[in-house]
Amino acid sequence: MAKNKRDGTFHINPYLGGVLLGLVLFSTYYITGRGLGASGAVKSSVVSAVHTVAPVHALDNKYYSKFLSEDTSPMSNWLVFEVIGVMVGGFLSGTLYGRLKFKVEHSPKITSRTRLIAALVGGILFGVGSQFARGCTSGAALSGMAVLSASGIVTMMAIFGSAYLFSWIFKKLWI
Amino acid sequence: MIGPLIPMGVIPETWNNVIALLLGVGFGFALEASGFSSSRKIMGTFFGYDFVVLRVFFTAAITAMTGIFYFDYMGWMDMSMLYINPYYVMSAIIGGIIMGFGFALGGFCPGTSFTGVAIGKIDAMVFSGGLFVGVFIFSELYPLFQGLYNSHNLGGAKIYDLLGMRATVFAFLLIVAAVGMFYGAAFVEKKVKKVDY
Repeated sequence: MAKNKRDGTFHINPYLGGVLLGLVLFSTYYITGRGLGASGAVKSSVVSAVHTVAPVHALDNKYYSKFLSEDTSPMSNWLVFEVIGVMVGGFLSGTLYGRLKFKVEHSPKITSRTRLIAALVGGILFGVGSQFARGCTSGAALSGMAVLSASGIVTMMAIFGSAYLFSWIFKKLWI
Repeated sequence: MIGPLIPMGVIPETWNNVIALLLGVGFGFALEASGFSSSRKIMGTFFGYDFVVLRVFFTAAITAMTGIFYFDYMGWMDMSMLYINPYYVMSAIIGGIIMGFGFALGGFCPGTSFTGVAIGKIDAMVFSGGLFVGVFIFSELYPLFQGLYNSHNLGGAKIYDLLGMRATVFAFLLIVAAVGMFYGAAFVEKKVKKVDY
């Protein structure tokens, strides 16, 4: 490899990345009996925060109360630890390949401000959608596909199909 | 050791969170090293200038699936003990469509945005903040969505059962489809104008 691996432009071969990710996912199933996830950690944090600030309201709400039980705090959720690991792993890779830098990444056709507004709205929508689908691209789609669950395959097709359609509508944000 | 190890009692529950952290590190490393901390690299899949998402996602899915089927076949893991997300038809589809909309605007999904946060992407931080707001909005408005959220529950349905296929036949077809897409992606990438990002 002639290219400098530490200048931030190097990425591992995508098929190697896929096999690595697949082995991590397989190990997760083999060890814990469940798949990977990401949005679940956000849900646990929100439930925990609301429960701390407004305990009565949290117990009254039929959604929060699903995830609140007397003996375990929602923050002790498996996915919260896993997501802390994701950040550590991302940081290690970013360090190794020279990508640590504070910046707003956006298309030259839009300003940083536009990019951040779109990112915020996108995040909000992803947060809402992941609750409907009982998981996101990791927990519902990828983990679901590995065990050939109907929900996993259907959610995967809905996410990518809709993202494909909407990305052309918002083409200017990207290219 | 017959898996899954923790549900079978081979590894005690107390190790659960340590294992979660270690598996998370592997997950985050694989995502970031593949380039998923960049929203413009991720979005390349939808415009045809960089199919890294398609390649990594489907390679990961068929790798994990093959491992699970193989271990089950060899008797090293009881596949029936694995957790299957219940299939609520309407909310899975509508949730997926809303997530796709968010994907097109935000350029990340939750897992990839966390790796973006880890390397200092401010857009990823804002996206991640949005996730919390979105979950909060959904939870507060839950009474409105409750009917939809709980309708058409097919339980832990398997796709091959719904299609009336044998599991191994579907798994094989999925691998063939993935390899077909990999060839298709390479073909399209050559035709599409390069985008500098």
